[in-house]
Amino acid sequence: MNEMNEVRKPPVATTGIIGWLRINLFFNWTNSLITLFVIYCLYQFIPWILDWTIISADFKYNYLGEQITNQEMCSRNLDPENGGACWAVIYVRFYQFIYGFYPKVEVWRVNLAYVMLAFALLPLLYAKLPYRKYFLYFTYIFPVIAYFLLNGGLGFTEVSTNKWGGLLVTLVLGCTGIALAFPIGIMLALGRRSKLPVISMMCTLFIEFIRGVPLITLLFFGMVMLPLFLPEGIDMDGLVRVLVAVTLFQSAYMAEVIRGGLQAIPPGQYEAAKSLGMSYWRMNLLIILPQAIRISIPPIVNTSIGLFKDTTLVIIVGILDLLGIGRGTLADTNWLGLSYEIYFFVSLVFFIFTFGMSRYSLYLEKKLKTGINMGAD
Amino acid sequence: MSEESIISLKNVNKWFGDFHVLQDVNLEVKKKERIVVCGPSGSGKSTMIRCINRLEEHQEGSIVVDGIELTGNLKNIDNVRKEVGMVFQQFNLFPHLSVKENITLAPIWVKKMPKAEAEELAMRQLEIVKIPEQANKYPGQLSGGQQQRVAIARSLAMNPNIMLFDEPTSALDPEMIKEVLDVMVDLANGGMTMIVVTHEMGFAKTVADRMVFMDEGKIVEEASPDKFFNNPESDRTKLFLSQILHQ
Repeated sequence: MNEMNEVRKPPVATTGIIGWLRINLFFNWTNSLITLFVIYCLYQFIPWILDWTIISADFKYNYLGEQITNQEMCSRNLDPENGGACWAVIYVRFYQFIYGFYPKVEVWRVNLAYVMLAFALLPLLYAKLPYRKYFLYFTYIFPVIAYFLLNGGLGFTEVSTNKWGGLLVTLVLGCTGIALAFPIGIMLALGRRSKLPVISMMCTLFIEFIRGVPLITLLFFGMVMLPLFLPEGIDMDGLVRVLVAVTLFQSAYMAEVIRGGLQAIPPGQYEAAKSLGMSYWRMNLLIILPQAIRISIPPIVNTSIGLFKDTTLVIIVGILDLLGIGRGTLADTNWLGLSYEIYFFVSLVFFIFTFGMSRYSLYLEKKLKTGINMGAD
Repeated sequence: MSEESIISLKNVNKWFGDFHVLQDVNLEVKKKERIVVCGPSGSGKSTMIRCINRLEEHQEGSIVVDGIELTGNLKNIDNVRKEVGMVFQQFNLFPHLSVKENITLAPIWVKKMPKAEAEELAMRQLEIVKIPEQANKYPGQLSGGQQQRVAIARSLAMNPNIMLFDEPTSALDPEMIKEVLDVMVDLANGGMTMIVVTHEMGFAKTVADRMVFMDEGKIVEEASPDKFFNNPESDRTKLFLSQILHQ
């Protein structure tokens, strides 16, 4: 009986690094074979990619020590046997990649907006941030500040949006699209489930129409058709037209994602809220939506990442986002043929943002799990 | 209709599609009266009490609660729901909120009570249902019996005049039924007007002022517990009692 009370440790071979290796990598002979094959592939690939991207790559100077100003000076073009990537193109065109054709004198405004964006995101990312309430106030007014800062007005010189480009346009489209589409999507989802037939029909029609049309069509629609609907004399900015199209597109998808979450809420939740005397809006805001949105976090982030990448389609209506600047650079005779470097860089920037979003969604899921169905699973 | 009737159902009819779920139901409930409703499943007892706070809509007849008639008028519905608390078979606690938040939510948002006062009220209600130590847990961390007691506390926090119980112990393990029934007995002794749909005949015998037996959408028999259990009039009641008491 006494031994039973002693804490028995699990067998050594199943814990620690050796245990982990044994269970996950060398469990049986097929497993071991696959592990060895993967290790061989990594052994072939990792040194090659490290060599190309870093060790043999040019950053600012080529192997002769000259500062690179065009593609002919890249080591890999001077000596095809030895050179790696020629990152000088990114270095030389960095300003355009980040700001487009924003006037250099005014570029501090964009930088300030970037820093403010980081501060505006802080309270959303960290729930435990000290003075979070005040940070949140800032988050709410940030779009207004950013508008005047970037566009001009209130004493700032106006910078027309056709001078914007690169990461600036990508972030403006992505952030605004996601931020606006979320509340609109919620309203559409509630509307589609409404008991009032007119509202439900209108929302359904809107969602189905927008969802049934490719984003490119909507972008053309925004560029060509939207001005026709406006009263004469009012000219809508090109970027705004694209933003309207992107937001409408995203809100239709968001609506369907949130509707999925709403459908997962048991009817008892509605009944309990009603029996406590809550109105329709209170019930939805306090009881139903918090639960529905929690359930929908993975698909919400999924469609948001999708939108962030889809903003690259604006290139077809003549707006130069990050990818657009990249393609523009490639068309420049000075940098002809450096497509590996440029696409690699553009992919890396997109990956950093989308990977950040995906990590954030995992963090949210983990954080919010404490409340829901604990003990039941 | 007597003056002190707090709930009055007159010739209430309701259909689910073609199914006539409530057929000419008449029921008068006096203030502080405790009514236990029983009957086989599908007899319309849940539907009847859900009509009283308009979770279900009746199609014919009239329902008057505390002087307010339930019609399409949304204001009336809100007012009735403020008077009437309800406890469900499946508890229906809000899983994303802690026990305390579950209880304070409606007082804060519907009654506009200051947060501190609402929290004090929540703790008092939790004392009444005997689980103050669970205040900061989430519903998913509680046993069924504890969850149902939180649900009762949540209803009581709105200070209702009438409490409706829709099979409050049917989803509980046998050893948890008693803790919930104890709370309900306390509530009854405190003078709450209660309509309880239940098959707990022991509870019915202890607290009920009147038994209502329903079958196929009709009220078949209404009697004092004494008469109902010992000397029921209808054969249907006798059959039901023999089945339910036989266990």
